[in-house]
Amino acid sequence: MAFLELKQITAGYSKQEMILRDFSLAVEKGKLVSLLGPSGCGKTTTLRLIAGFLTPREGRIFLNGKDITQSPPHTRNIGLVFQSYALFPHLTVFDNVAFGLRMRKVPKDELSERVSKALSITDLSGLEHRLPSQLSGGQRQRVALSRALVIEPSLLLLDEPLSNLDAKLRVGMRAELSRIQKTLGITMIYVTHDQVEALSLSDEVVVMQGGKIEQIGSPQQIYRYPTTPFVARFLGFDNRLKGTITGVNPPFGVLSLGGKEFSFSLKESLLGLGHPSSLQEGEEVEVLFRPEDARIEESPIPNSLEVRVLFGTFLGKAVQYLVRFQDQELTVLCSEGYRFQEGQRAFLRLDPTTWFLVRKE
Amino acid sequence: MKSSRFYLAVLVVLYLFLLGPFLLIFVASFGSEPIMTFPPKGFSLRWFVKVFTVRMFLDSFLTSLWIGLASTLSALVIGVPAAYALVRYSFPGRSILEVLFASPAVIPGLVLGFSLLRFFVLIGNFPIQLGLYVGHTVILLPYTVRVVSAALRNLDPSIEEAAVSLGAHRVRSFFLVVLPNIRAGVMAAFILAFITSFNNVPISLFLTGPGIATLPIQMLIYMEYYFDPTIAALSSILIVITVLIVQGAERGLGISQYV
Repeated sequence: MAFLELKQITAGYSKQEMILRDFSLAVEKGKLVSLLGPSGCGKTTTLRLIAGFLTPREGRIFLNGKDITQSPPHTRNIGLVFQSYALFPHLTVFDNVAFGLRMRKVPKDELSERVSKALSITDLSGLEHRLPSQLSGGQRQRVALSRALVIEPSLLLLDEPLSNLDAKLRVGMRAELSRIQKTLGITMIYVTHDQVEALSLSDEVVVMQGGKIEQIGSPQQIYRYPTTPFVARFLGFDNRLKGTITGVNPPFGVLSLGGKEFSFSLKESLLGLGHPSSLQEGEEVEVLFRPEDARIEESPIPNSLEVRVLFGTFLGKAVQYLVRFQDQELTVLCSEGYRFQEGQRAFLRLDPTTWFLVRKE
Repeated sequence: MKSSRFYLAVLVVLYLFLLGPFLLIFVASFGSEPIMTFPPKGFSLRWFVKVFTVRMFLDSFLTSLWIGLASTLSALVIGVPAAYALVRYSFPGRSILEVLFASPAVIPGLVLGFSLLRFFVLIGNFPIQLGLYVGHTVILLPYTVRVVSAALRNLDPSIEEAAVSLGAHRVRSFFLVVLPNIRAGVMAAFILAFITSFNNVPISLFLTGPGIATLPIQMLIYMEYYFDPTIAALSSILIVITVLIVQGAERGLGISQYV
């Protein structure tokens, strides 16, 4: 049995509406697992179930081999870090961090020792006597982290902990979280809607939608080989092109995009279609691909589509072009700066190994 | 420029209208004539001295004081948990409960006072002091529930969950984390409720009885028999005390955000 197991959970906030149905998840000890998905996908509900703030209508939750489904939340020894930090406004940094130890009746000497250790891990030494209102956002989040870590929880749950911080701080905190997780070897469950956060932090990413798990895998797997159209779109396969299958001769297939034929490897491109052999000639499909996986050129090249440039947006590292192919609009990244004028004819080169094919809905 | 002068004039008239009667009473209380006149003739503090020598004022002041304190505390003891339940949980009958807690503030005081009187008479031999205390507690509840609710709504619910996740039982986390952070709201509710009780006429009018009266009722009775400026002097004292309390509370706690 895994360290944390949710078995066939059905849960929701009202009788009429269940957010999770028959939901199962297993987390191994010492891993950092992200729950990734859009708002309303059930990721925070899952977190609240594990923390004990919500009791499932059906199913069981096991932590370290023990059934905790009915244990009250204050007995679970699970650390929590909130999006809003949730620091106690009337207590100093020291007392905030000491709160959990006081609840556990830890003797005074040990208490102050453990608090200072927790504060030094998160680089907060010297701020013991400040009130939360006298701290910056990043400092508050580190206090919240220390407060949760000092009780040596068997599990640490983080609910979008970085989304209230500005971009630069977020990257710093991300690295810090990763470092702390590796040093302490603590099992963490990290809820986020930000794919970059999930991919950069996790050992394992659980992509969720509509109360169901879409895909579980390592960040690399999830990013490169999404298995459902939802995961593909959520992870940046922003472009879609309509096409028709004109030939199937394993291991290759032929796809026609607006009259132009492309040969592709069935094995690499068919992840969204189930088994490759299920593909049939004449079938209508959609090609999904990332803006960074296509290139635009000035002159015709093999495997390219003739497009018209609509406009470019300067993004710093690259220019993002919106182009039109027949009646479909696509975005492409071009790292060489502004090379195309509005209305200019260009050629879009596609790489079939980065495709994601789905049946037309 | 022209329009701002116009608004200024409107403002001055408005304030005169609102504060005029108070100023009138205030000035009249320093008159030396035995009948209240305005403008007063002469200057004297004897009516202020007289306030403290009239036995029934002192008695009714003490009655008002203890009724006010006791019913305010009771209204808080009932109101704080009620507000907590109304703000934090959704449960069947929640909206009915909300209306119920608001109703004493909506129903005319006289109607409420009369119904309470009939109710106490029905029970039979209900002590007057107890009746006053119960009646005042009822009319104060909407104030405590509303003010404490406002304070609770400003408090992030996740800090309670943080406390619980750190090992505090729900009840304990209420006292350790919630109560200290709504302290200003509870104080504001206390002051508002106390002043409301202290000033109340319609309920007290029905529930007072022989030998027992609250201060406002005693003042009414006094006015029926005497026309000297003692009442004006007493009113001035009450106005000053009220203004001082409210000002102090606003400075220290910022109570206006809760009302």
